[in-house]
Amino acid sequence: MKALLIADHDNNHLSEQTAKALSAASQLGAVDVLIMGHDCTEVASQAACLSGVGRVLLAEHEALKHQLAEPCAEAILSIASEYQAIVSAASTTGKGVLPRIAAKLDVMQISEVIEILDEKTFKRPTYAGNAIQTVQSNDSIKVLTIRTANFATTENAPTSAEVVALDITLGQQRSVHISDKVSDSERPELQSAKVIVSGGRALGSQENFNATILPVADKLGAAVGASRAAVDSGFAPNDWQVGQTGKIVSPDLYVACGISGAIQHLAGMKDSKVIVAINNDEDAPIFQIADYRLEADLFEALPEITRLLS
Amino acid sequence: MKALVAVKRVIDYNVKPRLKSDGSGVDLTNVKMSINPFDEIAVEEAIRLKEAGKVSEVVLVSIGSSKSEETIRTGLAMGADRGILVNTGDPAIEPLAVAKILKSIAESEQVGIVIVGKQAIDDDCNQTGQMLSALLDWPQGTFASVVDIQSADKVLVTREIDGGLQTLELDLPAVVTTDLRLNEPRFASLPNIMKAKKKPVSKVSLADLGLPENFIEPRLIVQKTEAPEVRQAGVKVADAAELIDKLRNEAGVL
Ligand SMILES: Cc1cc2nc3c(=O)[nH]c(=O)nc-3n(C[C@H](O)[C@H](O)[C@H](O)COP(=O)(O)OP(=O)(O)OC[C@H]3O[C@@H](n4cnc5c(N)ncnc54)[C@H](O)[C@@H]3O)c2cc1C
Ligand SMILES: Nc1ncnc2c1ncn2[C@@H]1O[C@H](COP(=O)(O)O)[C@@H](O)[C@H]1O
Repeated sequence: MKALLIADHDNNHLSEQTAKALSAASQLGAVDVLIMGHDCTEVASQAACLSGVGRVLLAEHEALKHQLAEPCAEAILSIASEYQAIVSAASTTGKGVLPRIAAKLDVMQISEVIEILDEKTFKRPTYAGNAIQTVQSNDSIKVLTIRTANFATTENAPTSAEVVALDITLGQQRSVHISDKVSDSERPELQSAKVIVSGGRALGSQENFNATILPVADKLGAAVGASRAAVDSGFAPNDWQVGQTGKIVSPDLYVACGISGAIQHLAGMKDSKVIVAINNDEDAPIFQIADYRLEADLFEALPEITRLLS
Repeated sequence: MKALVAVKRVIDYNVKPRLKSDGSGVDLTNVKMSINPFDEIAVEEAIRLKEAGKVSEVVLVSIGSSKSEETIRTGLAMGADRGILVNTGDPAIEPLAVAKILKSIAESEQVGIVIVGKQAIDDDCNQTGQMLSALLDWPQGTFASVVDIQSADKVLVTREIDGGLQTLELDLPAVVTTDLRLNEPRFASLPNIMKAKKKPVSKVSLADLGLPENFIEPRLIVQKTEAPEVRQAGVKVADAAELIDKLRNEAGVL
């Protein structure tokens, strides 16, 4: 089986999510990686270094600069017939574009794959991770998004794969990119971080969130997460939301502060290696899955932890 | 322009799903069912667009068993104008088939915008809107936190993406999928719930839409449905110092 892996990148850096999705795709067979973007040869070189990559296909085009779903789908479809599987990380880019490919090829996509049993059988979570389905696809081409929290990062290979430039022609575009508001922070990315400190509604305000959560995160070199309630209330930006409908993470250490543990939140972090919960309610559901429970007022406990780590 | 909103009847988000012991799926007998939360946001957005004079009529469509009429009534009570129930019976229906049905309705109703949820909280597929957009060959604005109709043929959509926010300008007609921060859905008042009972809901079959019965046959065979591994509750620590000690010396994660 030949698989085409769609890369996630920002025209400069290949996302670690792609290296994880690659370990999934490699279980299916030989993998080519497709980079779609603009002025992104650097990304192609990074992809070429990953172990298990057959060829790197580089599609550069002005209209692919922001990797909008429509032109990306057009580019993928122009080469899809050479492959038996089209794979991507379940990132917002992958989730945007892959269902279009599936629809055009008249196949059912398999979303958020957590395990590959064989070429046509996959496990995927449903109902916020409360029901794991084993599904079999008999479609001639498999379209899969990969839940990267469940797969290891691919290491670099001793030799680089060949990079092949593709000549892509695209039709008239009816979606135009206007602007991005990206949070460029020095912190590790949520989905690749070893440690995550998350805050919930209990933080009460953005000032409190910043003054209480960020210092601990800094001490631990951690990424920062948030519950939906914290994001909805404006304490934290949308891209920090962890959960069923936010980011799915599995760090070595997840510290949940003032988060009750609704199933939608648990869906995003319950595969973390070690979970710490800090909450002042002994009945908070988060305590049922935490390895270490600290029943305390977070406004006292977190500054204390920051101090002890100094 | 008309807005078409897809509403799915799903397990209520507050209910913890119970698995059938034979591994055949989630047991939904006597379980509280509700409108998919993202679809409630979609209905709210369409109504706001109508209130702002950008949209002339809000049409809801639900695909499933006859019980999905309740879901349509929920949206009508919020303020939508009428509903279409595509009765496909009890079996779960996949996003690809839903998208094909929605395409047929979007075309026959000649709508200017389709708003669907980004994800159904039962199958967690996150596919239908993108598939529909591809099938119709209309632009897509997924994971929307702002929908701003500029004119009869342009809409600005701000999207929640992995790195932050992104704003796109789409030609209309277009397909939009809703994210959590798009709006806060209103509660239906009692008078509006009463009024909704009289709003028209047309009931159609696949044959009425000119679609063959066999295309809702599932493409994916669900071999089994099992519970995830459960985590055991761990130990209680007395204070910050003990926590750090345990993380360092017992868990080895610091
Ligand atoms: C469709 C849908 C999708 C959703 N998706 C997500 C998602 O992806 N991610 C997500 O997180 N949620 C999601 N939710 C929301 C989820 O259901 C919960 O509402 C949310 O997770 C609650 O956030 P919270 O734990 O911060 O707030 P709360 O539930 O209000 O919990 C606050 C906690 O803080 C504790 N506390 C209060 N004061 C202190 C103090 N001083 N010190 C210590 N502890 C304190 C309280 O005891 C309580 O346990 C979704 C909901 C829906 C309907
Ligand atoms: N059976 C259905 N009836 C009506 N709308 C649906 C149905 N299935 C999916 N949808 C719509 O498609 C969205 C995404 O669903 P999914 O792709 O299954 O995650 C939902 O939020 C609904 O708006």
